Amino acid sequence: MAGGSRLSEASATNRGVPDFLGRPGPSAYHRLNPLTKATLATVTAIAAVVIGGLSGPTILVVVAVIGPAIAAGVLGRLARMSLLLALPIALSALLVNVFFFPGGETVLLRIGPIVATAEGLAFALEILARIMAISGAITLFYLTTRPADLVVDLERRGISPRVAFVANASVQTVPAMVERAAQITAAQRARGMDTEGSVWRRVRGIVPIVGPVILGSIAEVEERTMALEARGFTRPGRRTLLWAPSDSGGQSLARWALIAALAALIAARVAGVVG
Amino acid sequence: MTIALSGVGYRYAGATKAALLDVDLELRDGEVIGLAGASEAGKTTLCLVVSGLAPRTVGGQVRGTITLDGEDVDTWPMHRLSQRIGIGFQNPSTQLSQVTDTVFEEVAFGPMNLGLTRDDVVARTWAALETLRIDELAERDPRRLSGGQQQLVAMAGLLAMRPEHLVLDEPTAQLDPAGTHLVADAIRRLAADGASILIAEHKADLLAAICSRVIVLDGGRVARLGATDEILGDPTIGELGVAEPSSVRLSRAVQAAGVQSDRLARALADG
Repeated sequence: MAGGSRLSEASATNRGVPDFLGRPGPSAYHRLNPLTKATLATVTAIAAVVIGGLSGPTILVVVAVIGPAIAAGVLGRLARMSLLLALPIALSALLVNVFFFPGGETVLLRIGPIVATAEGLAFALEILARIMAISGAITLFYLTTRPADLVVDLERRGISPRVAFVANASVQTVPAMVERAAQITAAQRARGMDTEGSVWRRVRGIVPIVGPVILGSIAEVEERTMALEARGFTRPGRRTLLWAPSDSGGQSLARWALIAALAALIAARVAGVVG
Repeated sequence: MTIALSGVGYRYAGATKAALLDVDLELRDGEVIGLAGASEAGKTTLCLVVSGLAPRTVGGQVRGTITLDGEDVDTWPMHRLSQRIGIGFQNPSTQLSQVTDTVFEEVAFGPMNLGLTRDDVVARTWAALETLRIDELAERDPRRLSGGQQQLVAMAGLLAMRPEHLVLDEPTAQLDPAGTHLVADAIRRLAADGASILIAEHKADLLAAICSRVIVLDGGRVARLGATDEILGDPTIGELGVAEPSSVRLSRAVQAAGVQSDRLARALADG
């Protein structure tokens, strides 16, 4: 081959795979295989729904969310993010159940025709515990796992490279779109658009920002597609992987144990043993 | 190694008018050909056709023949052609895969798609990074680099595919002078090492500095083709939407001002 080939061969060195690829995370929990963390998050979220009641989901939050978060050193960020994530749903669930719980008899508070009942409050707390377990589990996974780690691991296990790319690109594109939105906001404000003040002004300001963000992203799709094509993306067959997250027999066993425990829990719930 | 276009025409899908008409061009090993012309002259279209993206990805209809070392590439799939002809675009950020956390993985993305051995992927990646002298960026997040650095990373990604020909569509359009200088240096080194390069550019100074020949398109047709000095020094070139290089403009200004210094004029003409 000529051109680039001769060039590359001439300057090829004996450097191996760089050690910064797949660099292990800062804590033992970070270093768990992504699939193990994904399994724990999924099982925790489903189990919180299946168990029901207040104590079950609360114990789950403590054992499967707060405990690992302390071990990973992310408890503060987890609390902030999961509260932010769950707040809108949690607030509406609290208000609806406390004030409109059907059949509630023990009156805690009366505001005109609206009555807050103890039964409604108890049920709302149960819902809140489930929501916290679900949002906490998802946030913990997000805070301790890089998207690339999960995608590489799934690809190693046989998932299609195209599916892996789309999954990874979907997650990684979010920060780029946020950055683009910030640039467009600054540009629109420089031209006199008012994005501050009343809620109505803020809502009106969204339209000239969202339009360019979405249209700009769509316009880039063609060039991105061509760039991918030019780099062999459509070649059929497996891709080469340079590294993969570590895994172990113990973690594999733990994943299956978690799945088995969830299956047993669901069976027990169906049989009426729990809940 | 030669890529040759003979009587090539192209029409985009749904268009009534051809975007390219009867283009004959030969790109030889180690040669840098500049592609100039006004906006809408057909520069990007020619880049897409030469690289094979048109019609494979873009759609549309191609007429005429395109050969690589005498072999008609008409039926070649894109992933095969991409190992022989690399293409780079003007926007560095859209050329990055956006799914990698390091420059090394970004450059390795293409070779990884080819299913090569791990050692081969790693060797190609380091070689491409070293060729463009950006191996010190290997650990950096490609999304956090400057535009010029991103363009070099995108070019390294193309080189790692080990193509024999490179097609660059306005690679410095969004770059500042420092970024343009980085890319120009890289192109010079690549050509010196044997790569053949077709580069579409509006910057006449850049074309004058790195190209041995220049092709000027007008309305999809080849309006001029010849040695860089001859084409860019033509006083009528402005009519085709191509700016004169600053060395030519200065040389004319000196002559118009009646300055008799032959030495000065020669020095300016030599750039």
